[in-house]
Amino acid sequence: MHIVVCVKQVPDTSVVKLDPVTNTLDRSSAPSIINPYDAHAVEEAVRLKKKYGGKVTIVSMGPPMATAVIKKSIELGADEGVLISDRAFAGSDTLATSYALTQAINKIAEKEPVDLIFAGKQAIDGDTAQVGPGIARRMNIPVLAQVDKVESYSQDNNVIRVRRKLEDGHEIVESKLPCLITVEKEINELTYSPLTNMIKAARYEPVIWTTNDIEVDRSQLGLKGSPTVVGKIFAPPKQSGGEKIEGTAQEVVDIVMDKLINVHGLFAKEGV
Amino acid sequence: MAKEEEKPKVKLPDSEYQGVWIFIEQRNGKITPVSLELLGEGRKLADKLGVELSGVLLGYKVGHLVDTLYQYGADTVYLIDDPVLEQYRSEAYQVGVVDVVKKYKPEILLFGATVIGRDLASTVATELGTGLTADTTRLDIDMKNRLLEASRPAMGGNIMATILCKEKRPQMASVRPKVFKAIKPVEGRKGKLIEETINLNEEDLKTKVIEVIQEVSDKIRLGDADIIVAGGKGLQDEKGFQLIRDLAKELGAAVGASRDAVEAGWAEHSEQVGQTGTTVAPKLYFAIGISGAVQHTVGMENSEIVVAINRDPNAQIFEKCTYGIVGDAFEIVPKFIEEFKKLAKKSGEVNNG
Ligand SMILES: Cc1cc2nc3c(=O)[nH]c(=O)nc-3n(C[C@H](O)[C@H](O)[C@H](O)COP(=O)(O)OP(=O)(O)OC[C@H]3O[C@@H](n4cnc5c(N)ncnc54)[C@H](O)[C@@H]3O)c2cc1C
Ligand SMILES: Cc1cc2nc3c(=O)[nH]c(=O)nc-3n(C[C@H](O)[C@H](O)[C@H](O)COP(=O)(O)OP(=O)(O)OC[C@H]3O[C@@H](n4cnc5c(N)ncnc54)[C@H](O)[C@@H]3O)c2cc1C
Repeated sequence: MHIVVCVKQVPDTSVVKLDPVTNTLDRSSAPSIINPYDAHAVEEAVRLKKKYGGKVTIVSMGPPMATAVIKKSIELGADEGVLISDRAFAGSDTLATSYALTQAINKIAEKEPVDLIFAGKQAIDGDTAQVGPGIARRMNIPVLAQVDKVESYSQDNNVIRVRRKLEDGHEIVESKLPCLITVEKEINELTYSPLTNMIKAARYEPVIWTTNDIEVDRSQLGLKGSPTVVGKIFAPPKQSGGEKIEGTAQEVVDIVMDKLINVHGLFAKEGV
Repeated sequence: MAKEEEKPKVKLPDSEYQGVWIFIEQRNGKITPVSLELLGEGRKLADKLGVELSGVLLGYKVGHLVDTLYQYGADTVYLIDDPVLEQYRSEAYQVGVVDVVKKYKPEILLFGATVIGRDLASTVATELGTGLTADTTRLDIDMKNRLLEASRPAMGGNIMATILCKEKRPQMASVRPKVFKAIKPVEGRKGKLIEETINLNEEDLKTKVIEVIQEVSDKIRLGDADIIVAGGKGLQDEKGFQLIRDLAKELGAAVGASRDAVEAGWAEHSEQVGQTGTTVAPKLYFAIGISGAVQHTVGMENSEIVVAINRDPNAQIFEKCTYGIVGDAFEIVPKFIEEFKKLAKKSGEVNNG
């Protein structure tokens, strides 16, 4: 089974800044890490590989320094990794991002057909959860979003069975391969990487592809290929603040009870 | 003689795309609340633009829901009723939504930012090659340019970003549940039904829903609760947090928590309110021992009444509350429990005659 995992490099904290001129992320303002959901995606892919055999290939789009997340993925047990990196990708929204990643996966598949694609549920910086389903649509394969458990895989009929997380419960879904799965963090626990993986990762030189290496329609890349633009940035609205209730503990409780019952009409009968 | 009422001038769309559409999410024949909330907000946008508001409803044997949609503000409902749509599957729903959008060309298309809505919206936007703003909490129209201004919290809630889709149509956005309000349903309000078919057979599909597991729990779901009692790190330890559970129990309320309380292991992640938890908008929200970090308050600031209890008079939560009590939770919360006990007893007596 050949599994491709999409891994994004993201800024570590919430202290990242926006470039006030271009309104794009200023990545230099915070340390970079592997998107936490994507680490779980790699872990799950590696577990499936151990069970059913095959290979795990990582694909990432980002600046040259994003090779670090590919090395991290090798440490987690992946076999190979490709970074697509080119100025032409800069400023991509989710539509342009899914296009570039799809073209890269298509090239990976030329060498060895892809059976399964993993992505994180969402990236902690952009937070849109739109790239995974976007790639699946472009490749014309089903997407199984927000999976928190791989139940089983049947090699005989090439069907995977997963559990998806819903607002009020779960759903068990089966899909023929190839398909794309986006993962929740609960899907697995990250394990310590064996020393051999660490050594391999330290020595590993990720492959870097530019727009000269993959087949792309330039009008679909980067800012040009992005239908959305960040219009303006503003501070979340501040509220003026509430009424201060003062007195002894008993007094303040009495005042608030009186307000809730007599001003707001709560607890008149049963419930609210 | 009465003068003819002057209508505000609205610019007509430059393209043939016209009208505001809401994807109506239904599960097991029930409309999800966010769809009705979006009809309420969509009504305002449509009136501003001087166009129709429509609902797009997909499912199997869901025709009975159409009247409800008119009552909540839809002028037109596009319905696709077909056995392949009985359970939500993005590969099937996507085909249906894309087909009606291509045929009838709305200028704005909104989805609830639910598990289903986010998945479907991304898939549809990709297929249509248009822009999609994720997880918005504020919608407006730039009347001069006839553009949807879709704003969303970003960078952990520290900023709001307004996203525009200037050229491609429709302009799409997913919208957080509980941010907007549904209108009061208008009895007997009617609209126009347009039924479409889907050109898809079960054999064409690669996915199958095997089982839907509804988690039955005696806990009230946070997102649906009318009253929420939420606690934070100020409760000191798990035993302290029990006070929150006791008050919630007394009130028949749901328990909420700050992320720090969840990380301390006193509450479940499903109880977390905020940016990376649930967004709530109950009638009454108690914020107890919660400092009021912006990542918490983005998740609860639409609550009708907020009672905040905090020892620190400068706590940020006091900016977001209706009533602020500066004091020790361990003194005040037991008194609330006592008072609500008395109240329950009193109304119990009244009810029993
Ligand atoms: C303030 C702000 C708001 C934004 N709002 C929007 C918006 O509303 N709509 C919009 O279209 N764009 C928006 N963007 C742009 C968006 O952040 C980028 O397009 C980004 O490249 C991908 O989106 P994401 O980070 O949300 O990823 P998600 O869709 O949340 O990522 C899901 C998964 O896709 C994979 N993935 C995503 N990116 C990569 C990558 N570069 N390499 C490898 N795998 C990847 C990973 O597996 C990841 O876990 C916004 C950007 C900013 C700065
Ligand atoms: C990307 C990101 C996402 C996040 N998402 C969320 C989220 O979804 N939800 C969330 O809640 N947080 C979230 N956070 C964390 C958030 O920034 C705060 O750290 C968190 O909300 C603080 O929790 P707290 O108010 O319980 O704790 P603290 O900030 O430690 O506040 C405790 C409060 O209790 C008061 N107190 C102490 N003793 C008493 C007493 N005896 N009686 C009364 N009051 C007392 C103190 O004065 C203080 O104000 C997120 C952070 C980041 C960076």
